[in-house]
Amino acid sequence: MRKNLNVIAAYSIMMGLIILVGIFQSWNIALSIFNLCLISAVMTMGANIQWGYAGLINFGIMGFTALGGLAAVLISVDPVQEAWSAGGSNILFSLFLIIAMVLAVRYILKNYKKSKNRTYIVAAIIILGIVIIRFISEPGIEAIEDVEPAKTGFLGGLGLPIIFSWVVGAFFAGGLAFVIGKVALGLRADYLAIATLLISEIVIAIIKHEDWLTRGVKNVIGLKRPAPYEVNLQETEWFINLVEKFNSGKLALISDITERQAALNQFVIEGSSVFVKLCYSGLFLVVVIILLILTQKALYSPWGRMMRAIRDNEEAANAMGKNVVKQHLLIFVLGSAIVGIAGAMLVTQDGLFTPGSYRPLRYTFLIWVMVIVGGSGNNFGAILGGFVVWFLWIEAAPIGLYLVNLTTAGLDDTHFLKVHLIESVPYFRFLMMGVGLLVIMRYRPKGILPEKIEIK
Amino acid sequence: MDFVNAIILLLNYIFVPALSYGSQLALGAIFVTLIYGILRFANFATGDMMSFGTMFVILFTWYFQSVGINLGVFPTALLAIPFAVIFMVSYMLIIDKFVFKYYRIKKSPPVQLAMVSIGVMFVTQAVVRIIIGPSDRRFFDGEKFLIKAGEFKEMTGLNEGLAIKSTQVITIIVTLILVSTLFWFLNKTKTGKSMRAYSDNEDLALLSGIDPKKIVITTWIIAGILATIGGALYGLDKSFKPFTYFNNMLPIFAAAIVGGIGNPFGAFLGGYVIAFSEILLTYAYRKFFMYVLPESMEPDGLVQLLSTDYKFAVSFSILVIVLLYRPSGIFKGKVL
Repeated sequence: MRKNLNVIAAYSIMMGLIILVGIFQSWNIALSIFNLCLISAVMTMGANIQWGYAGLINFGIMGFTALGGLAAVLISVDPVQEAWSAGGSNILFSLFLIIAMVLAVRYILKNYKKSKNRTYIVAAIIILGIVIIRFISEPGIEAIEDVEPAKTGFLGGLGLPIIFSWVVGAFFAGGLAFVIGKVALGLRADYLAIATLLISEIVIAIIKHEDWLTRGVKNVIGLKRPAPYEVNLQETEWFINLVEKFNSGKLALISDITERQAALNQFVIEGSSVFVKLCYSGLFLVVVIILLILTQKALYSPWGRMMRAIRDNEEAANAMGKNVVKQHLLIFVLGSAIVGIAGAMLVTQDGLFTPGSYRPLRYTFLIWVMVIVGGSGNNFGAILGGFVVWFLWIEAAPIGLYLVNLTTAGLDDTHFLKVHLIESVPYFRFLMMGVGLLVIMRYRPKGILPEKIEIK
Repeated sequence: MDFVNAIILLLNYIFVPALSYGSQLALGAIFVTLIYGILRFANFATGDMMSFGTMFVILFTWYFQSVGINLGVFPTALLAIPFAVIFMVSYMLIIDKFVFKYYRIKKSPPVQLAMVSIGVMFVTQAVVRIIIGPSDRRFFDGEKFLIKAGEFKEMTGLNEGLAIKSTQVITIIVTLILVSTLFWFLNKTKTGKSMRAYSDNEDLALLSGIDPKKIVITTWIIAGILATIGGALYGLDKSFKPFTYFNNMLPIFAAAIVGGIGNPFGAFLGGYVIAFSEILLTYAYRKFFMYVLPESMEPDGLVQLLSTDYKFAVSFSILVIVLLYRPSGIFKGKVL
């Protein structure tokens, strides 16, 4: 108990802060912060597995998040029949050709010795393949994008419940991570960072511009929800009764019947959106807790010990007969898959997929701030980092506004400096993140909750 | 068949834009490579440091414009650059003193320094946005074109026009002057040689009495000059927007690595490699083939290898290929 005192204290302070937001701002804001904190926590857990357990830098978090989001679209949207009949066969045939091309290249690489001729043949196959695939897919893509471009213009998905996409998102992200890992994991740490950063940009570029698959910058909106809709809730009997029960004290104070009815309606509208957010919180909490249990188990298992050994001294671990390359690849795939889950969760919560909104600052660097601030190598630390940093990221603007008003209290309201500062309040969050990261790196380099490994 | 027109077409749409874009990238890439070679970390604040310098160029340009100073046909920004460099260098030295120095003395691994540079990135970004705001700004004044497309057509009687913007010429000339001075400095002066020695083998350099403090300060000064001028030239040619500058960090990194990180000459050429391949691969060659091929063989499509949406992706793919097959870069930088 005493051992874990700092963990418990840190989490209770965090919860207290969110509850304070609920009391002073509104429960709606508090819950939306809480939900995004949970999603951020899942992302940080993914990054923490790679960085904290194995010392791998992955600056491609944005790409894996976006792939998770793509999974949500591909699973939950109803298939667009006209688009499939217009160009589906071309797309499927191209897909088949791509697979054939990859297999052919693999076959040649495996069965022939390294020589100049082999390189030329492989290059020729790739170039020829790309040309043929473009010829075949072009008319298909055009036909698909012409099917009601304002509404669909893409192939759609499978029409399954969106919850499944959380698993599929993990597989998508894991698959990409496998390819990247095969290619880039041999690189030194900072090269790996740059390479993953750039690869994630390529992923975003593809998602943004392949309209037939993702609708690109036209966005996919109105995805199905795992939670009830507010409008339906406001008409359901049991929900209205529930709200009435909750607010009976307040309602009893109002004597006039019509006024009381109006107040009740107001409560129902507010309550419905709080209820929907609570549903999401419940779902997300389940994911976080499952992941936490699994990662904790992994951390204290022999496998976790081996990962730490590899992280701390690669050569020694290698000399002990551990396959460093294989383990690095495994942990890279696992961590990225967790990030993919978070990406699918994010799109599920928003109900829309906007490829234009994936930016490295928000989805890569901010997550890294969370990992470093929370405490790398410690799962509780990583989750806490997700909470603290996201909370500050959202609440930075109100805090900044308060500080600006405090420091410029002596100035006139129309003074140009004050007006300018108030206009730039949204950017105080960057300042806060940067200063926070620098201070933590300097004075508490292991994070708020440092890694604690007991050696028995 | 009309080869002259075809060549003018390529000059106008590929060669001149790629040359000026490549120069802007090259300056940034040398900045990255110097920091990497001498201070030994990947500086993720590159783009934002460039926007910080450019911000001062803009502020000084506004000031000069308000008091009525200008350079006639040249943009006022050229006059503002030296003043902005002073601010930029002092900012970098302050950052170094309060942030990077601690980790350098502690001999932290490069990864930790890269993380710290992310902190610097956030702070710099905030400062830039708080001071000048996130919106798109143009600060170009003076003569816009050196040769206008229409004038060129009249002059030569060709179908294709060649438009050369004055900013493009300024970019190329300034880059050439700056880079040749830099190479002269690195190869011929004592400080430059000691910088190269320090980059090559730190212990040996320290042993032979090279003062590391001086090296670090000189590096930041050169970096400040490069960042400010590179940023200002990009802003003059296109426009200034903090977010674009942050994104420019990626092709700049690509250029530095493709050229061989730690090798300034490689970074210089890497900038052009990236710029030319981006533009060559995304240009629609239809018109070119219309001039070159006989009429019967005219192509139907755009004859575009990749759509322009993939401009950035091209440079990153080149980087990935280079990392795979020649990790030390085309011109042999530090071996991984």
